[in-house]
Amino acid sequence: MTITINHFLVVSFLLFSIGLLGVLVRRNFLTVLMSVELMLNAVNLNLIAFSRRLSDLTGQVFSVFVITIAAGEAAIGLALTISLFRQRRTLNVEDANTMQG
Amino acid sequence: MTGAQAVPGALLTGAAGWLFVIFAVLALGMAIAVVVARNPIHSALFLLSSFLLVACIFILQQAEFVGAVQILVYAGGIMVLFLFVIMLVHQRGVRERLTFQHQWDVALLFVLAFLLPFLYVLWTERFPDLPQNLDAFRTVRGKIAGNTQAVAWVLYRDYLLPFEVASVFLLVAMIGAVVLGKRSAEKVD
Repeated sequence: MTITINHFLVVSFLLFSIGLLGVLVRRNFLTVLMSVELMLNAVNLNLIAFSRRLSDLTGQVFSVFVITIAAGEAAIGLALTISLFRQRRTLNVEDANTMQG
Repeated sequence: MTGAQAVPGALLTGAAGWLFVIFAVLALGMAIAVVVARNPIHSALFLLSSFLLVACIFILQQAEFVGAVQILVYAGGIMVLFLFVIMLVHQRGVRERLTFQHQWDVALLFVLAFLLPFLYVLWTERFPDLPQNLDAFRTVRGKIAGNTQAVAWVLYRDYLLPFEVASVFLLVAMIGAVVLGKRSAEKVD
């Protein structure tokens, strides 16, 4: 089985789309956060594939930065989750409607 | 992977290619399970296995250091944080009545809006046939070292300023998380 960059792009796109669908259709705030992590992971997959394709280490270094951002985003998101749960006793994103959005 | 030079543009051949297929299909299945699982704990565990499978793909791609960081930071750090929060906010007896919102149409429209340019690029773009140079991932100053050393060489020499900015970002995220998570003294419910 010969794998080219296109296979990586397809896998990465599917992973990103699954994450995007999860962000848009799930009600549970925690699952929305997990879907965001899936999307970031799909981006990492692309960076690594192109790093290998172009024989350039920059992609690997950049994906380390993406993992750093993902860690910070998870920490903030989970703090928001706890804050939301404390105020509303729920994790449903449709109940967080103070601003009538 | 020694036969990668035979076909121009081939990243993985032979058994490594099949391993990639297995890892990718399993990772996608786990990702779907993350989105459709009703229980957040199940979602978190599926997400964990998806991360581990993607780390396996990274290691297949000569990115051993990033694979290790993926396992340490995602599987070790972020997932433990997720599981802690799930257990903090988990209410026994309160079941989620509806798992999904009623906006499938908008969501599918968004995915379609991504799909069309993606397919266009996939079919029209011909990536240049550069010679594959696997030593680029483990060479430091002309000598064969390791992937970790090579990444460190690029990270600390060419990307020192972004590295420092990332440390400031982590500090800001930590302070933000502490402030957001702090129970305010006057609003104890």
